[in-house]
Order: sequence, then structure tokens, then C-alpha cells
Amino acid sequence: MRADYLARRVGVFVLIVWLAATLNFFLPRLSGQDPVRATLLQQASLGGHVQTGLEAMVKEYERRFGLDRPLWKQYVTYLRDVSRFDFNYSISSYPRTVNSIIAEAIPWTVGLLGITTVLSFTIGTLLGALLAWPGAPRWMRLLMPPLWALHAIPFFLLGLILMYLLAFRMQLLPMFGGYTAGAFPGLTLTFVGDVIAHSILPALSIVLVATGGWALGMRGMMVTTQGEDYVTFAEAKGLRRLTIFLRYCVRNAILPQTTALALALGNILSGAVLVEVIFGYPGVGTILFHAIRENDHFLIQGIVFTVIVALGVATLILDVLYPLLDPRISYRRT
Amino acid sequence: MRNLLVHYGTPLGAVTAADSVSFSLRAGERLGVVGESGSGKSTLALAILRMIKPPGRIDAGEVWLDGVNLLALSDEAMRQVRLARIALIPQGSMNSLNPVMRIKDQIADALRDHGLAPSRRQVEERVRELLESVGLRPEVADMFPHELSGGMKQRACIAIAISLRPRVIIADEPTSALDVVVQKQVMETLARVQKDLGASVILVGHDMGLMAQFVDRLGVMYAGRLIEVSPVRDIFTQPLHPYTEMLIASLPSLEQKGTFRGIPGLIPLLRDLPPGCAFHPRCPHAVDRCRAEEPRLREIRPAGWAACHLR
Amino acid sequence: MRSATAALHYVRRNISLAVGIVLLLALALFVGIGHLVVDTGKSRPLSAPAVRPPSAEHPFGTDRQGRDLLATMVAGTPLTLRIGFIAGFLGVGIGSLLGFVSAYYRGTVDTVIRGVVDIGLTVPGLLVLIIIAVSVKKGLTVDQMAIIVASLAWLNPARTIRAQVLSLRERGYVEVARLSGMSGPEIIVKELMPNLLPYLAATLVNAVSSAILASVGLEVLGLGPIDSPTLGMTLYWVNFNAALINGWWWWWSAPLAIILVVFLGLFFLTVGLDEIANPRLRRAV
Repeated sequence: MRADYLARRVGVFVLIVWLAATLNFFLPRLSGQDPVRATLLQQASLGGHVQTGLEAMVKEYERRFGLDRPLWKQYVTYLRDVSRFDFNYSISSYPRTVNSIIAEAIPWTVGLLGITTVLSFTIGTLLGALLAWPGAPRWMRLLMPPLWALHAIPFFLLGLILMYLLAFRMQLLPMFGGYTAGAFPGLTLTFVGDVIAHSILPALSIVLVATGGWALGMRGMMVTTQGEDYVTFAEAKGLRRLTIFLRYCVRNAILPQTTALALALGNILSGAVLVEVIFGYPGVGTILFHAIRENDHFLIQGIVFTVIVALGVATLILDVLYPLLDPRISYRRT
Repeated sequence: MRNLLVHYGTPLGAVTAADSVSFSLRAGERLGVVGESGSGKSTLALAILRMIKPPGRIDAGEVWLDGVNLLALSDEAMRQVRLARIALIPQGSMNSLNPVMRIKDQIADALRDHGLAPSRRQVEERVRELLESVGLRPEVADMFPHELSGGMKQRACIAIAISLRPRVIIADEPTSALDVVVQKQVMETLARVQKDLGASVILVGHDMGLMAQFVDRLGVMYAGRLIEVSPVRDIFTQPLHPYTEMLIASLPSLEQKGTFRGIPGLIPLLRDLPPGCAFHPRCPHAVDRCRAEEPRLREIRPAGWAACHLR
Repeated sequence: MRSATAALHYVRRNISLAVGIVLLLALALFVGIGHLVVDTGKSRPLSAPAVRPPSAEHPFGTDRQGRDLLATMVAGTPLTLRIGFIAGFLGVGIGSLLGFVSAYYRGTVDTVIRGVVDIGLTVPGLLVLIIIAVSVKKGLTVDQMAIIVASLAWLNPARTIRAQVLSLRERGYVEVARLSGMSGPEIIVKELMPNLLPYLAATLVNAVSSAILASVGLEVLGLGPIDSPTLGMTLYWVNFNAALINGWWWWWSAPLAIILVVFLGLFFLTVGLDEIANPRLRRAV
């Protein structure tokens, strides 16, 4: 039963990745002409410093996807490259490869989003659970409307507001980038402090919005759980309120929250593209933004594909781990 | 047990779910409470445990158990009473066991929260004992509810209910949604553990056949009121209240197969009760007094109580 | 008239709904009155002096390309809403159709639809939209933008409606209708639809809100209708010209405020509608 379950999950994973790759391949070709080729040629005709690289790239592109070759052959070549994570050179910053650019950006994004996601999940879930606790102080109810309001605002809009208030007006924090321009990256205390100072604003705008979402989600689940028969029976058992709260309500309400956390962690790479853009944070979102601006198709495709693979992996891990959390699941699904 | 006297009213907002319900329960006695759905019998079960949730409220009354008025206890003292003195066996159709906890943990936490903190081994021992007493294999302790059948789950609930040797067991339709064979097993289990403990049982339900087999005395509820309490044999031979009469007449019997006669009319809405006797619109014998004045429960023959003007 | 007072009475109890309606009405008033009073032609570049803070002549100030920001807001807000509504309606229309079919007929149809929806929902929507937007030719119109956004907007409605229909299907009256000889589509339209109306409404508002969020996101990234003064495009120009660092606060605060009103209004509307659709939550809030 377990092997069957696992096989199905892996199957879904492969399917998602394959779909993403296929979409990546066919969508640009739907518009009739080949936009990649068009961009390359356009760039080449503009001349300038990238000239030499472009010629090599056009050649490489022709070799792989030459329009004289039948479509399915191009597709097969493409799938082979993609399965090796080979996305060619970046058009805008030749001779760097797409991979090296993405690899450089990933730690920034994972650091920022990883910390903020875990932080807002923890605070939000605790808050949501407390909001549903009958013994909670009355003033906690007053937290609901602001949480709701914050939750309805997109990250990046809050980011703009915070940036204006805290960085521009009060000048408390640096407003732009991942570290002070000209600073020498390294594991020195000054540099780490600099990085942290730069990440506070984007982090804050994510945490403030996301916490509300987690809190509302948890509270909703708690309300549902509190209506369950086993909670009534637990009370009839004469259990302490705290025992009922923790072992019967929170323990059960947290299951869907955990699923959502795993998905959010999987979404880490694309979770806050716009926040990164607004703050010029040197992560995946920002390079995606620049890639879009400069029509760097190879880079865009590389990023999108990487993000989707990361998401697929996270989902897969979740599916494998979830039966440990919820004893019902392995039976229910298969 | 000496005298358990229950007497209270429970308005749910503007709705009176149980009004002036009074009865007494002797030690070791099995009392049945029947009524149509919505007649307030489940409210009664929850009210004895003081587990009526807002917007519901117990407004008046007394529940005496061994000389203590439960309704006057502090919340914490009441919590201690639950399970230790009065235990609930939940409806058979419900998922009353936490799906993500092992059975033994759901027994153990009850022991722990009642101040019994024995060693791990003692807990395991006690869990095995309890499961055995309801006819479950010891392996069940390590299982999750979804791995058990409906009857096994219900017996696990009984095991939990008797874990602290309560004086009173309230069983709220413990066999609903179970098939007849399993139903019989569960009731036998209940009867056995009750005898072992010498506890009293209040069996809430609507299955007259089940009541006839199981209980000593039977109370009938209608529209939140207890309208008759009599020894079960008397009720079936000589019902006092017209409603009880019709209830029994409506039972399919062996002689008249397939002629199930319902009771004409509908059960009234609790928030829109007729004045006087709540049953009068459906009562074939109703007189003017029934429409004006609400009858009180009184002893009409030895041990036979009814709330009807006509008796 | 009586039902109007009754509705008013209800709205007073359902505060979320009231807040949502008031916010959106205020927005509608702004746009409506704006269209009468303001020359929307000034939302084109070079129709006003560049980078002026708010003044009597330009109450919201002007941007670097010489657009009057008040005119831009009056012209742009309906465009953004238009994208949201087209995409939202398309999404809910297609999504609920699939949801109904999937849940009502079950079987293979259901398996396929559910599979596609499940997979579609795991993939980050913004990225797929980026790929689509990058792939189509430059010079998008507002309506094309809406259709791009709609290409993913049906996923969520499909799942929500499917779940709702599944739970309704179990109830007695559907069975009764089936036994009395009603056909599948007839049951869907006559029996299921009316019961699902509050859900459909909440789903629609949700879809509109997500569609606006997605479109603004794409626009800020520079993938929007470059020539239209939508709210998202205005923010793109804000970012492009580093208006924040330059202290041109009026440039971004107007679109920001309007977007906030849109999102908060739609959000509270959803909460209010949810309360109607799902009375169980009512006591909890």
C-alpha cells in the first residue's frame, strides 16, 4: 500500500515537471514566429558589447532548435537539455550561463522567504489558535480586523508603504538592495549585519501580511475542530481545558496548516517576486524581473522551470511525510 | 447511591429545550429516556454533565448526586465530576474518538487529568484491563480509531467511560447507526460493565424495543418536558399519558405486520409551543383545560408519574 | 420597498458586507464623478507638465511623462476593474461549469477535471502567467490582458463549486428530483444553482480579486498593456522611474490607495458573502 502511494506521488511530480517543461517549450512557439530567435537576432543587430556572445548563442540555439528540424526533434532535444538543467547562456549577460545566475540568486531568496515563511507561520498559527481559545482575553478579538485588513493587501503594496515610511521618511533602514553597494561580500560581521539590515523591510512586509493569513486559517480550522464530536466527548471525559485545547483542537487543526506550510515553502522561490522587485533584493524575483525587461528568454525559462521543480519536490516531500502526521491518510488515499 | 434528583429548566436563547424536568434515579437502576428527535432528550444528557454550550444555558434547577448539587459546583469541581462520577457514552453514529490519537492515549489522558498519574506501565496495564472488560483485544490500545469498526469504536468509548468507575453512566443513543447484531453486542457490553460497577445508567434513545429489553424505568419526553415516568413494564401495558399510548400503539408488532401507524400531527417547534399542554393539538382526548393550563408531573399510581390533566 | 429595508437591516448585522459595499461604492462614485468632471484625455503622456506635486490645477499631481494623475486614476481604475471582472467572470463561468459537470456526473470526467485542477493549482500562477505574457506579442490590450489572467482563473472556482455540488448532491431533494424524472442539466439549473448562489457570488468576488492581483502583478513586472493607464501600469512607471527614492510621493500614493480600497472592499465583500453562504461561521466572528 505504501509503495503504491509513493509511486503515485512520484508520478504526479514527474507529470508536473513535464507539463511545465512542455509549456515552456510550446508557448513561445504558439505565436507563430520564434520569439527567442527574434530576440537574439534583434539584439545582434543592435550590436554593441554583447555582439560576440550573441553570435555564439545564435549558433548554439540553431544547433539545438534549428527551425529546419522537425518540431518533435526540437522537443526531444529540449527535454533532454531540461532534464539536465541545461538552459544555455543568458542572453543579457553572456557569457554567464543561466544556471550560474540562478544559483547566485537562490540563497538570497531562500534565506529571505524561508525565514519569513517559518516566522509568519509560527506567529500566525499560534495567534490563530489563541484567537479560538475560549479562555483568551477579550482584547485579542480586537486583533481580528487589523489581521483581516493586512491579509487582504498584497505583499508588495505594503512593502511600498513600509519603504516610504521607515526607509525614506525616517531613514531607519536601508531601502534598496541586498547589501550596501560596494560592500565586500564575505562572512564578516559587518557584512552579515548589513545584509540583515537590508532584509528587514522586505521581511517585514511579507511577515505582516502572511501572519494574518496563517492566523485566519488556523482560527477557521480551530472553530471547525471545536465543533467535532470528539471534542465534546473529550469534555465529557472531564479533561482539563488546556488538554482539550492542545491535544484535541490544536493537534487536529494544525494538520491542514502544515500542508499549507509545505506548499508555501515549496512556493518559496516565487513567493515574493514583487517584493524583491520593489526592494531590489538580489533574489530570484529580481533576476526574473530583469530577464523580462531584457527579453532574456533563456533566463526566464530557466527560472520558471527551477521554481516549478522546487515546488514539485516540496509537494513530494510533503506527501511522503504527511502520513506520519496524520495516521488516516495513507489509508484514505490509496 | 441514595437519591439523584434532577430538576431544571434550560432555555436555549428564547427556546426552552428542557422545562421543569424532574426525576430521580436509584443506585444500580437503569432509566430510559425516550422521545422523538428534538424532544430535548440529548439536551437532558448534556445538561446533567453541565455541558450546554452558549447560546444555551441552564437557568434553574438542581442536580443532586450523593448529596452534592452539581449545578452549584465550581467549573473545576464539575470537571472532576465528569467521568469520575458521571460518565457519558456518546452517540454511536458520531466520531467521538480523536482520529489522530491512539486509543490508549485517549484513555490515558483521562486518567492523567483526573489526578491519577501512575507510571507508564500502570497505565498500560489499566488500559489493557479496561479494553478486556469491554471485550476488545489488547492490540486495540495501539490502534487509531479509523482502524476499528463501528462497534469496536463504541466499545472503546465504553471502556473510556468506565475507566474511573463512575456512579452514573449516561448513554446517549449508544447504538444508533450500528447494525442490529453489533447493537446487541454493544448493549450486552454496557449491561455487563454496569453490573460490575454497580452504576446507574440513563439510556437516552428513541428505540422502544431496545428500551423494553434494557431499562427498569422509562421516562418519555415531549417538547422538552418529561411527560411520563413509569416502570417499563407498566408503560407498555398501561401507559398513563396519551402520547405514550400513541407511541406504543405506533410500534410495529408481530400480529400486525407492516401496519406501522405514525402519530398524526407534527412535533411542535420548541420556539413556538402551544399554550397549555404542549401535546394538546395532537391529543385525541384534549379538553378545554389542556389548552389553557400546563399539566404538572404527578404520581398517578405507585411509581407511575405522568403530566396529564386527564388522569 | 419592504425587502429593501430588510436587506438594509441584514447588512447592518453583517458588518463585513457593509464595509465591503461602502468601500466599493465610494470607488464607483470616485470614478463616476471623475468621468464627468475630469478630462480623461490628460491621462496620456505629455498632456501636463512633468513631476508636479498636487496643486489646484492637478489635484493628484503629475508624473514624469506628463500625465495628470487624477485623470490617470479616473481612466485607469475602471480599466483595472475591467480586467478583474472579465477574468473573474470567465473564470467563474468556466470553472463552475466544470465543477458542476465534474461533481454531478462523477466517473472519468470527474477524475480528469479534478486531476487537471489539482495540478494547475500547485503550479505558481504568476509564473505561468509570466510565461504566457512573455510569449504573446508585445503591445497587449486591456482585454487581452484579461484573457491571459482568465487562463488560470477558472481553477479555483472549479474546485470550490465541485466540492459544494458534491455535498449538495447527497441531500434528499436532488435524489427526489432525479426520481421524478428530471434530466441532469435540468437538476443542475433548477435544483443546484439556486442553492449555490451565495457560494457562486463569494467565489466570483474572490476570483475578481485574485484576477486583479495577478494583473497588477504582471503589470508591475512590465508585462501589462504598456499604453494603458491601468493602476498596475502606473505602479510600473513608479518603479521604473524610482519615484519613491526621488521623493515623488504623490505619484505612487494615489494608485496605491485605490488598489488598497479595491482589495479591502473585495475582501470584506467575500467575508460578508461567506457569512451568508455559511451561517456556521456567523457566530464565530
